Amino acid sequence: MTSALAEDTPTVVLRGIVKRFPGVTANDGANLEVRKGEIHALLGENGAGKTSLMNVLYGIYHPDEGGIWLDGQPVTIHSPQDAIRLGIGMIHQQFRLVQNHSVAENVVLGLREALLFPDQKARAQILELSKKYGMKVDPDARIWQLSAGEQQRVEILKALYRGAKILIMDEPTSMLTPGETDELLHVLRRMTAEGYTVIFITHKLEEVIAASDRVTVMRRGKSIATLETAQTTQRELARLMVGRDVLFRLDKQPVEAGAPVLEIKGLHVVSDKGLPAVVDLGLEVRAGEIFGIAGVSGNGQRELVEAIAGLRPISGGRILVNSKDVTHASPRARIEHGIGFVPGERWMALIPGMSIADNMILKNYARPPIGNGLFLDQELIGAYTDGLIEAYAIATPDRHTPIKRLSGGNIQRALLARELSGKPALLIVAQPTSGLDVGATETIWQLLLAERERGTAVLLISDDLKETLSLSDRTAVIFEGQIMGQFATEEADLEQISLMMAGALRADVRLEIRN
Amino acid sequence: MRIPRIRIEKRLSTPRWLPVASLIVALALAMLTIAVIFYVLGVNPIVAFQRIFRGGFGSAFGLRETVTKSIPLILIGVGLALAFKGRMYNIGAEGQLLVGAIFATGMQRFFPTWPAFLLLPAMFFAGFLGGALWAIIPALLKTRFRMDEVLTSLMLVYVANEAVKYLVYGPWRGTDTRGFPITDEFPAAAQIPSLVGSRIHYPTLILAILFAVLVYFLLARTKLGYEIRVTGENPAAAHYAGMDYQKVALLVMVISGGLAGLAGMGEVAGIHYRLRPPEAISPGYGFTAIIVAWLARLNPLAAILSAFLFGGLLVGGDAIQIALNLPAATVQLFNGVILLFVIAAELFNQYRLRLEV
Amino acid sequence: MLDFILAALRAAIPAGTPLLYGTLGEIYSERSGVLNLGVEGMMIMGAVSGFAAAQTTGSVWVGILAAAVAGALMALIHAFASVSLRVNQVVSGLALTMLGLGVSGMMGKRFVGQPLVVRLQPVRIPILSDLPILGVLLFRFDVMVYFSLLLVPLLWFVLYKTRAGLTLRSVGENPAAADVQGINVPFVRYAAVMFGGVMAGIGGAYLSMAYAPAWVEGMTSGAGWIVIALTIFAIWDPRRALLGAYLFGGVRVLQFRLQPLGISPNLLNMLPFLLTILVLWLSSGQAAKRRIGAPAALMTAYSREER
Repeated sequence: MTSALAEDTPTVVLRGIVKRFPGVTANDGANLEVRKGEIHALLGENGAGKTSLMNVLYGIYHPDEGGIWLDGQPVTIHSPQDAIRLGIGMIHQQFRLVQNHSVAENVVLGLREALLFPDQKARAQILELSKKYGMKVDPDARIWQLSAGEQQRVEILKALYRGAKILIMDEPTSMLTPGETDELLHVLRRMTAEGYTVIFITHKLEEVIAASDRVTVMRRGKSIATLETAQTTQRELARLMVGRDVLFRLDKQPVEAGAPVLEIKGLHVVSDKGLPAVVDLGLEVRAGEIFGIAGVSGNGQRELVEAIAGLRPISGGRILVNSKDVTHASPRARIEHGIGFVPGERWMALIPGMSIADNMILKNYARPPIGNGLFLDQELIGAYTDGLIEAYAIATPDRHTPIKRLSGGNIQRALLARELSGKPALLIVAQPTSGLDVGATETIWQLLLAERERGTAVLLISDDLKETLSLSDRTAVIFEGQIMGQFATEEADLEQISLMMAGALRADVRLEIRN
Repeated sequence: MRIPRIRIEKRLSTPRWLPVASLIVALALAMLTIAVIFYVLGVNPIVAFQRIFRGGFGSAFGLRETVTKSIPLILIGVGLALAFKGRMYNIGAEGQLLVGAIFATGMQRFFPTWPAFLLLPAMFFAGFLGGALWAIIPALLKTRFRMDEVLTSLMLVYVANEAVKYLVYGPWRGTDTRGFPITDEFPAAAQIPSLVGSRIHYPTLILAILFAVLVYFLLARTKLGYEIRVTGENPAAAHYAGMDYQKVALLVMVISGGLAGLAGMGEVAGIHYRLRPPEAISPGYGFTAIIVAWLARLNPLAAILSAFLFGGLLVGGDAIQIALNLPAATVQLFNGVILLFVIAAELFNQYRLRLEV
Repeated sequence: MLDFILAALRAAIPAGTPLLYGTLGEIYSERSGVLNLGVEGMMIMGAVSGFAAAQTTGSVWVGILAAAVAGALMALIHAFASVSLRVNQVVSGLALTMLGLGVSGMMGKRFVGQPLVVRLQPVRIPILSDLPILGVLLFRFDVMVYFSLLLVPLLWFVLYKTRAGLTLRSVGENPAAADVQGINVPFVRYAAVMFGGVMAGIGGAYLSMAYAPAWVEGMTSGAGWIVIALTIFAIWDPRRALLGAYLFGGVRVLQFRLQPLGISPNLLNMLPFLLTILVLWLSSGQAAKRRIGAPAALMTAYSREER
């Protein structure tokens, strides 16, 4: 194209993108316009559609409707190969690198270039590119020797080496330390100064303000607004992110909360990659209340619940259940102490190929009366399971049916049935209704509310803010492993919550705890 | 060149009849394939099948031999069913059999004057112990050092092999064996009694069936069996429930190794009454038992039937050696083809295949 | 003493050659992430096919070709089962070994006892072959030996210094990363496994056509299992495969000659397998895994949906 582009023709345009999956519409007429040489943030909470939209741009998804234009020309992108050819590169949250190989070997992987000594030519260019944009990288270093920030640079180099002019980055700072985040920003600024364009997906307001030139806020698959970063505030962005959705007020009986059942003090938990996932976290859940933790997924929720359930080691702090210190107790001991746990990853707590009955005894098989000496009391197991099936209205031909054959809602019912039948003092439940239809969701909610009335302490973790705010008596917001604020749900200020979820506000954490 | 991609989709639900049906289809297809292979190699498939099956199942003598050969297959097959259920891939059962044979032989060497009612149980115990010890090595290497048990147990097979050879060519070579690499004959008290007119060493057979029933009940009715099943099927859930993975791994290996060791004891004290070079003691029982267990879908009771089938095939192999002048190892063909079709069939139970070109 | 060493080498090299072929192939297969326990079956099928083809056509080269094809076909089954159907690689490999042992016996029946009509002649290398002692002992091997020696640096070079080798290694280390870069993971694995089959077949053919030369039922007598051990012992590097093959081969062949020295042949034979366990142990630590060690994705099936 030799004709001059109008100064303000955006380099990337997505218009009217619709992408549907069975049961959910990921993008509902989303639009995006990105100018050349800018850093553009794509902001939204879980399920807003930002990752889907970028997957469409990168050719991983094909849109059901809508179009893409690059530098004014309409294009169709069938695959990542097409995207790469068009100059688009994507850096995922989880790096796709071969640990044992060198940087150069990773950069040239899959390229149809030199047959012999493929990494040699790359080395020179890698050094050049890295110097140009201020990324210090040793082409011969093995990936496992590099820090997360350095590994991310390798991913960037991979894209640049393939001629990417437009870089999409998915939650780029999720694996980085603050120092590495700053370095990344320097690199991105130097690149955009040279005409590269960067789009990054995030849910963190601070990042948007610090790093981007413009920001597009998405919610429920639609683009809500595009703003000049310099001309907006975190408050405004937060409000746009969460919207003015009417909160679903459920019929809740007023329940007088009792003594604290779960007390967490100064908890520190490390993630699988060795980074801090939960940092100096404290909270309290009382009998007869539902305590909800709101937050964008990936902010330490999983590590927190696993730590409480005893499935993950704790690197600092204390956990008490009914005033007994369980910080270092085994998972089995915690079950004895009355902790029930419904994990977000359902299949972590169930055996798909085994019968419902076999699944129902997973936690109490070792103790009488189910566990009788060396043996399992089969008759009792049968009666017990049948009882649960009836009490919780689990739709199944019989108790011998492999549990994987049940519908999602019934599986969740069964799981809850098992956890609740142990009459736990504390019930931890994560993503209780993910993947369930409206009817099933209703039922699960009713079950949780019933527990609350019975005096059980319930710790609820959910990516779905509506769910959290509807069910819980008190709510806390978690961000990067820390509690940003706690409050009685009735007094919830949506704006404040969204600011907290995006890391932009941190209230005095000692708010609701009894002195 | 486009490799047709086979899209594998998990089945949403498995109809009850499917596992049985797919097994039958698998066996049928296997027989068909074997017939084709026979034909292509110039062997009349009908004659071959006839001889093989008649050899193993068509006469009283054949049946007796089949039962004899199924004894070690039941023992090892049951043990492997247990181990595989617990997700421990004990490929080294052949080696555990041999070490069991060594230990049993050793026991009668140390106590040649004991009466049968003491010596035989002691030898059984020694056999079990030998196999269990041999299996505990890969088990510990797995639990302590995350070393893959397939490779370690396999390597130990050949170590056991050489150990037997060493003993029969060396320190344990018999005095009146005219230089053959075999030990002296076991004293009468160390010989397992057989049914008159056959080589069926029935005490071992009884033990084998007993263990099959025991292991079945262990898996179905006991707390430990439950832990084994859960650990094998979903280690994450086992961890969630606070189960001790190490305990399970070690236990199933010990039991499966011990059972293989018992099989070894049975062979040397029930059939040969001597320790002999490894290939004379076992025509690969430890490996054949893998198929026995797999075909039985890891059900210890079904393993008895499955063992009987493969025992019959082994006898059939001897039969066609005489009748068709084919090597006895020909029946390995059955093992290989049946196994391939059985594992493919299992796939059909879980997944639906869709061809994408 | 020198005589003994030279004689040992003279014996070890042909003994190690089938092992070398097999190991080089298995290294490539495992480098792509597929464990092939069917090597024994492929080697014996190579042995019988090679012998049969050479015997009936009178051409050594046809024999080698037939062996390669036999190995490749069996490997194709293994690749299909392991890569496309994603069944348990261990079981699939074992099944193929049994299949190979069963079929080879039948195929070779009529060739038992027959001397091979054509022989692989020792190759004369100008000057070197005529050296007084060294020449006779070290430089009068047949072409298959020399070819295997040439393959070592060649395969090493391809593995570490070419684009194809990088692709192969990446598939075995992290198939998801390779897939994302547009590499056809199943294709690479099929190719690697079939190459392994070809090499196993040729190794078996060497046994029946040059080493023995004859066809005897079950003549590989566990060479395939030694190849599996050797692959680990060589830490998946073709150069070390050379060393290991001659070492293990030498031990096998010299076990009786060392007996007078008081070394029990059986204990000697155990050594390769025990050493392999040692290597497995050394490469099992987290830190060690980084520097030396199995391809990270060995034995794991890969499917894009599960990414």
